[in-house]
Amino acid sequence: MSQEKIKKIRVGVASCGVAAGADAVLELLRSRAESIPVEGTGCLGHCYAEPMVEVLLDNGDSVFYRNVKAEDGYIDNILSLGEKDRFEVPPARKAKELIKVLALAGRIDPTRFEDYTENGGYEGLKRALSMTPVEVVNEVKLSGLRGRGGGGFPTGTKWSFLAAKDTPEKILICNADEGDPGAFMDRSLMESVPHQVLEGMLIAAYATGATKLFIYCRAEYPMAIRHLKIAISQIYEHKLNVINGRELEIIIKEGAGAFVCGEETALIASLEGQRGTPRFRPPFPTDSGWKGYPSMINNVETFGNVPLILREGAAAFAAIGTEGSKGTKLFALAGDLKNPGLVEVPMGTTLREIVFDIGGADPDKVKAVQTGGPSGGCIPVELFDTPVDYDSLKKLGAIMGSGGMIVIGKDRCMVETARYFLDFTHRESCGKCTFCRVGTTRMFETLERIVAGKGEMADLEFLEDIGPKIRMGSLCGLGQTAPNPVLATLRYYRHEYEAHVKDHQCEALQCSALVDMHIDKSNCIKCKLCVKTCPVGAISDDLVIDNEKCTRCNACKDVCPKKTIHRVKKGSIQ
Amino acid sequence: MDQKYAFLEKVGKEPSNLIKGLQAVQGAEGYVSDESIAAISEYFGIPAVEVEGVLSFYAQFKRVKPGKYKIAICDGTACHIKGSTQVGEWLSRELGIQSGETDARGHFSLETVACLGCCSLAPVMSVNGRVYGKLDRKSIVKILKEYENK
Ligand SMILES: Cc1cc2nc3c(=O)[nH]c(=O)nc-3n(C[C@H](O)[C@H](O)[C@H](O)COP(=O)(O)O)c2cc1C
Ligand code: SF4
Ligand code: SF4
Ligand code: FES
Ligand code: FES
Repeated sequence: MSQEKIKKIRVGVASCGVAAGADAVLELLRSRAESIPVEGTGCLGHCYAEPMVEVLLDNGDSVFYRNVKAEDGYIDNILSLGEKDRFEVPPARKAKELIKVLALAGRIDPTRFEDYTENGGYEGLKRALSMTPVEVVNEVKLSGLRGRGGGGFPTGTKWSFLAAKDTPEKILICNADEGDPGAFMDRSLMESVPHQVLEGMLIAAYATGATKLFIYCRAEYPMAIRHLKIAISQIYEHKLNVINGRELEIIIKEGAGAFVCGEETALIASLEGQRGTPRFRPPFPTDSGWKGYPSMINNVETFGNVPLILREGAAAFAAIGTEGSKGTKLFALAGDLKNPGLVEVPMGTTLREIVFDIGGADPDKVKAVQTGGPSGGCIPVELFDTPVDYDSLKKLGAIMGSGGMIVIGKDRCMVETARYFLDFTHRESCGKCTFCRVGTTRMFETLERIVAGKGEMADLEFLEDIGPKIRMGSLCGLGQTAPNPVLATLRYYRHEYEAHVKDHQCEALQCSALVDMHIDKSNCIKCKLCVKTCPVGAISDDLVIDNEKCTRCNACKDVCPKKTIHRVKKGSIQ
Repeated sequence: MDQKYAFLEKVGKEPSNLIKGLQAVQGAEGYVSDESIAAISEYFGIPAVEVEGVLSFYAQFKRVKPGKYKIAICDGTACHIKGSTQVGEWLSRELGIQSGETDARGHFSLETVACLGCCSLAPVMSVNGRVYGKLDRKSIVKILKEYENK
């Protein structure tokens, strides 16, 4: 092997890679690799293996290295094509994944225009321009593509609404707010293949006659914004933004940290420089949106699918997936599992396949999965044979959402998880609707009481009663979906709620008000690291924890070399 | 207008650029001061109360000066599941400040944010935008030490 010559080296330097230390690896490789070109690329979605390095050989083969450190030993190993730290896609994952949208992620330098065009980039736009706008809209309709931002609205139909408008200005908006806290599909796509999203937007602009293009991107994604800006200037340079003889402006606006701004009408208000408060629909944005002009909003991943449809044809796209959900879907897999990452699977893949086969989660340790973030619900492990498509998930009281998928282990408390989501939504409510503003706050306060062991059975009835009322009485999707995490956990894990209320017990030993800290002396080696570590001096010199003083911060448990400090049921050990 | 805020000229006077203007000010000064609100109000021709109305809606805008090193604890779902509550507690203890506060010497400030997009490395925090993942108590103490004397 070592006689093979190295042609090029790639390092994954998307934000996830950088957070794992990839920038230092890139730098060291550059300084050591002499004449071999070393370039940065996007992400391959194997977050657990970051930082990752790909070595491309003269014979066309590639060798991957995982969890590389910026140390000479690691670099020597790579430059000599050593056997250590080699990476292969786990066979179970390879078998279940279908990489379409992410085909170029981690394969090209996102800042180089030619890298995109040499790999089929802008062929979709070219084909679109050879058709009439109506034909393009029909092609997207035929493909069966549905919005990836959560709602699942048929994309082609939405386009036809805007196309039908006869006004001098029409606005096209890419929703890159990615508000679900625990999702990173859109970030990864924008960072890794920014041109693909932009190509989708240009095709949409041609099909609908849009004259002004906005990307509303959350400010927490500086690398995505940087790569989009570079890509836009390349588009200007190559005049790809000249559509129907008109030069289209593409504008990036940064969000300012409000979840509700992911909602269409709030997003538009924010784009206008106002408070991001949703308004009543109708009028729908396609009738009256940004500054009163007809405006259409699609999600990042939705646009990312469009070049594929135009390049390969609607039929090829529609051949993938299920009856009502076509194509592939990206999921951001995180939480309690071995191989967190960004995955792409055909619609209709089961949760079991995603969580266990692809994610490598331990079937004995998983309790549930949360899809759709704060708007979604949990799905218990018993229902993991459910195929992931818009309609099946809805039936379970969960939603597809935008693609955040959090695996929840058996040692997590579902009541606390519900409390967490309501904490989020009640703070993010814009305050316009009483039911959303007051209702979510009441729900949150009730859940706080329950996790503190001060709940009553009547509280559970209250939650079940007010949930549907908030749904009904809220103007926008935030309020309408905010009760979902509570109602879903009540439906599947009522016994956990009851244990908190009736027995003052948290099965998972997570709710701090219901646990004590305890040192199991049989294993203790009296190193007293815990005594030194405790920030509040709650551990005596003879290794007894004063649970009155203790804040349950876990620092002692964490530092104990014998792992002999435990969380136990409150009052169970005197 | 104060020469100090001449950079606003690059933003564009369109009222729809108000948020961009606020971002420019915060980018330059680290927060939005009363003085900068006055400058923005003058530049866009929007009354100062309206400017405040908009900026108070968005979590991004700070009205008090942050520390030299801004620590953001991620409390997105993945990080929460992986123990961000504890991360927050440890940081608070070490720094002697709560989330939303700045220490007395203006060196560190602490805030809680929702998702930094690196969920697979949870729990995660960032210091002036640099993300640190797979945190435990030991790594936190080490990271703080690194910035302590910077
Ligand atoms: C509270 C709330 C937050 C939302 N956040 C997002 C988001 O972050 N990204 C997104 O694409 N859509 C989000 N949506 C959905 C959008 O309103 C809209 O349906 C979507 O962007 C349309 O694009 P699509 O048809 O391509 O899915 C959100 C909706 C609500 C009610
Ligand atoms: S449902 Fe909530 S977030 Fe939506 S408009 Fe009403 S108050 Fe605002
Ligand atoms: S959990 Fe924290 S506060 Fe309690 S004894 Fe351990 S170190 Fe001290
Ligand atoms: S490897 Fe990029 S999302 Fe993790
Ligand atoms: S939840 Fe913390 S980085 Fe996403």
